Amino acid sequence: MMALTLTLWISLAGAVVTAVLGRERPSVARVLALVSAMLGAGAAIFGAWQLGTPTGLVTLVRVPWIPALGIEFHLAADGVSLVLLVLTGIAAVAGILFSWNVEDRANEFFALYLMLIAGVYGVFMSFDLFQFFAFYELAIVPKYFLIAIWGSTRREYGAMKLALYSFIGSAMVLVGMIAMYVVAGLGSFDMVRLSSASLPNGFQVWAFPLMTVGFAILAGLWPFHTWAPTGHVAAPTAASMLLAGVVMKLGAYGVLRVGLMLMPDGAKLWGPALAALAVIGIVYAALVALVQQDFKFVIGYSSVSHMGFVLLGLAAANPRGVAGAILQMFSHGVIAGLLFGVVGRMVYDRTHTRELTILEGLSLARALPFAAVIFTLASMASMGLPGFSGFVAELQVLLGAWQSFPVAALAGGVGVVISVAFTLRVLQRAFLVAPGMVADGGGLTALDEHAGPITWAEKVGALLLLGTSLAVGVYPRLLMDWIDAGLQTPGFEALRTTMGWP
Amino acid sequence: MNFLDLARIASPEIAVVLGALGALAVDLAQRGRGAGSSRTGAIWVGVASCVVAALILVLGGATGAAPGGMLANGPVVGWIKAILALLTAGTLLLSVRGGFTMHVGEFVATVLLGGVGMMLIASSENVLMMFLALELASVSLYILTGFNKRDPQSGEAALKYFLFGGMAGAFLLFGLSLIYGATGAIEFQGIRARLEGQPAHPLLLAGLVMVLVGLGFKVAAAPFHFWAPDAYQGAPTPAAGFIAAGSKVAAFFILAKFTGMALDEVSGRANWGDFASGWAPILALMAAASMLWGNLAALRQRNVKRLLAYSAVAHAGYTVVAIAAGGSEVVPAVGFYAVTYAFTTLGAFGVAGWVEARTGGTDFEHFAGLSRRSPVAALCLGVFLLSLAGIPPLAGFFGKFFLFLVALNGDAGALGLLWLVGLGTATTCVSFYYYLRLLKVVFVDEIDPRLSTEPGDGSGLIELTTILVAAVVVVVAGCAPALLLNPLGLTATVVP
Repeated sequence: MMALTLTLWISLAGAVVTAVLGRERPSVARVLALVSAMLGAGAAIFGAWQLGTPTGLVTLVRVPWIPALGIEFHLAADGVSLVLLVLTGIAAVAGILFSWNVEDRANEFFALYLMLIAGVYGVFMSFDLFQFFAFYELAIVPKYFLIAIWGSTRREYGAMKLALYSFIGSAMVLVGMIAMYVVAGLGSFDMVRLSSASLPNGFQVWAFPLMTVGFAILAGLWPFHTWAPTGHVAAPTAASMLLAGVVMKLGAYGVLRVGLMLMPDGAKLWGPALAALAVIGIVYAALVALVQQDFKFVIGYSSVSHMGFVLLGLAAANPRGVAGAILQMFSHGVIAGLLFGVVGRMVYDRTHTRELTILEGLSLARALPFAAVIFTLASMASMGLPGFSGFVAELQVLLGAWQSFPVAALAGGVGVVISVAFTLRVLQRAFLVAPGMVADGGGLTALDEHAGPITWAEKVGALLLLGTSLAVGVYPRLLMDWIDAGLQTPGFEALRTTMGWP
Repeated sequence: MNFLDLARIASPEIAVVLGALGALAVDLAQRGRGAGSSRTGAIWVGVASCVVAALILVLGGATGAAPGGMLANGPVVGWIKAILALLTAGTLLLSVRGGFTMHVGEFVATVLLGGVGMMLIASSENVLMMFLALELASVSLYILTGFNKRDPQSGEAALKYFLFGGMAGAFLLFGLSLIYGATGAIEFQGIRARLEGQPAHPLLLAGLVMVLVGLGFKVAAAPFHFWAPDAYQGAPTPAAGFIAAGSKVAAFFILAKFTGMALDEVSGRANWGDFASGWAPILALMAAASMLWGNLAALRQRNVKRLLAYSAVAHAGYTVVAIAAGGSEVVPAVGFYAVTYAFTTLGAFGVAGWVEARTGGTDFEHFAGLSRRSPVAALCLGVFLLSLAGIPPLAGFFGKFFLFLVALNGDAGALGLLWLVGLGTATTCVSFYYYLRLLKVVFVDEIDPRLSTEPGDGSGLIELTTILVAAVVVVVAGCAPALLLNPLGLTATVVP
């Protein structure tokens, strides 16, 4: 039962150890970071296995923190948390494997990386709202520095934009959270107790949109998504993998845990509005991705589009939709990480360009066959082909949305079609153009010789992510059992009653 | 009460005053050695006296009350005063290098007298004593601001501070006399008793406004903050830290105490659309103005000390939000915030002094690449600035959280001050931008090769240790706020 809490402590300790011991040699920092991330992932997977399929909320640690305000340090897990903890573990390991070539200030890089991971683990295990918020904000600062120091295109702009958007979102959450504490009058931030406090309708009417939008900014909710493409593009590979892979999930998780779980009446009232924004996001971001000339911008917008499915499923607020949304969080976390890994590490670090017009002339499929194969498979997963995790997830979201908002489901279906279009377009232009098909390669005709062939670290990281997506796609019950059990816990009782779940 | 008792209650102040005299004497003996790190005897005497005072207070040796509310050392006041003594000691430790003056003894003595003034402010429950103590502290700070005689900016800042301060003092005194005229009492408890059940007299309200003007100046709340940027920038850096740290704790504490204890009956209401005359609406407007003005003006600053000055205006705003709400949790909330803020800002000024000693200035470009030049100082600055921005798990986060919680917790879930809290969190986002911009300079930017990074005289180990201690306080108080909340009198649960 304690193994899960180790995820948090190992990551924090790893951050400190890496920062101190890795000061002299980048290779030491890398290995220490990889060991910490693997131990963390191991703890997450072992801890999840230990719990089996928990039928209720399993408390891991619960001690008074600030007794006068009824604030507790309360780490716990239910099925939903387990899914996301496992995702975090896998994404963390893959991210480090894909940043094996970081040399400049490597100890700081990996320390910030592990701190971010610790914050993410913390959020997914928090069942005290104050503590939830503390971990949630803890993730902001490392993100900024990871991008501003080690990033590329317009990194300072992208980093600041991302940090400000997240901070504004969390400021909105903070106001709602304090008001919730006062209005509930329980003298406690215990989320399970708050969920059954039946907060007055007049409060939920304004607090639900305030807090949900606050969280959803981080999940890429249209029209507050603009930080995501610029941030992803500016970020170094590992940071964009984490950003798309787990940090955007923090926002969606907040919508689920705070929006839906604590304020079901508000969710019922605002569900259609949220669904509308989510669908606009799906279609709009997919259309934008269709016309991008920068390889990474395509993936950045595709992230926004795919995260729209998560929000759509949550807005539907029925068992299929919510379960699909959670599965989509996992699936997108793995696939987006993989796509960013291929673009940022395998391709960009060797070509130093992401312009599709230039990449066309390089015939990357021959130069980097491994990258081409992986990207083709990842594209199939991203498009939602059966056999990959994306299929099960998006199908469930659309089924759920169909029950609540048929029009939104149709529009979401259109979004799936557009996403096939932009994925195939970028796949074709970046990898599959035969030599001689384009007149001018834009001056660049060769790869950076120093970068060398695809390294073992990249291969392992890519196979790890791809294998995970396949495993879940072939056998979704691996996660669905957890998710279904998670939605039956007492915390979701109010949501089930309000929405009339069977 | 006999004189021996009085001496016991006043023993912390007596210790510090003796320290001031001792410092003068010790420095006289070291006069021949020139300035700088070779002449630190006076500083150690001063630090020792502060530590003694803090120990007496923490161990409860000075608990008690002198008649007429002249000196009221309850448990909470004792802790506040002990922290003030420690902040005074921290100021002295940060000025060990003392390159800005030849008059080390006088500097130390003035700091200590300022410290005594602040301690007396915290324990006064009598308007006369409050005024006297405020003046003792203020006059010391005017002198400290102008202590760098070689820098015309320092003199200008001192004059500006003095003129504004004198004016504010006059307002305060006149307001207090009107309150005395309306109630016939000078002790806080007496004023409260006279006001019980009485309709608010217009004379009293006029006095109230004047008092708030005077105290608003002391806490640097907008629109009475104009002295702050110049004083912070012009004053020698440790002195600026003292103004920002110690005097703020004392001033916030007395503002909370005076409004909550003496004038509780005329609080009024600041709920949106439902204002009622009293101090609450005035403070609410002051808070709103400070948060907006301070944060927006800070955006344009390119000098770190000036930036900290405008951020101090903003933080005064956050604190006043809670004071405007009133209620029994105001003292712990304001106390926690002011104390942690004081350590944060003292540390930040410490780092500013550290950089100034090595590069000759405190503009943004002097901080470029600090994380590569002095990793520890940069890390501490990171802690301080992120705490000011309110990032968990640092003290500034819980402090702000608690202030806003107290503000909303006022009247049975009605959320009357939601507008003020919303404004507060919105302006926090603005502040996050400028703190982050400075941190970007420190951690991201390359080292400017034109900057000389000669360590100057002395290794600066004492300053660095002081800064580090302040950073540890900020982290620990943030991770375990209960450690500080219990001494500040918050033991019962806030919402039953």
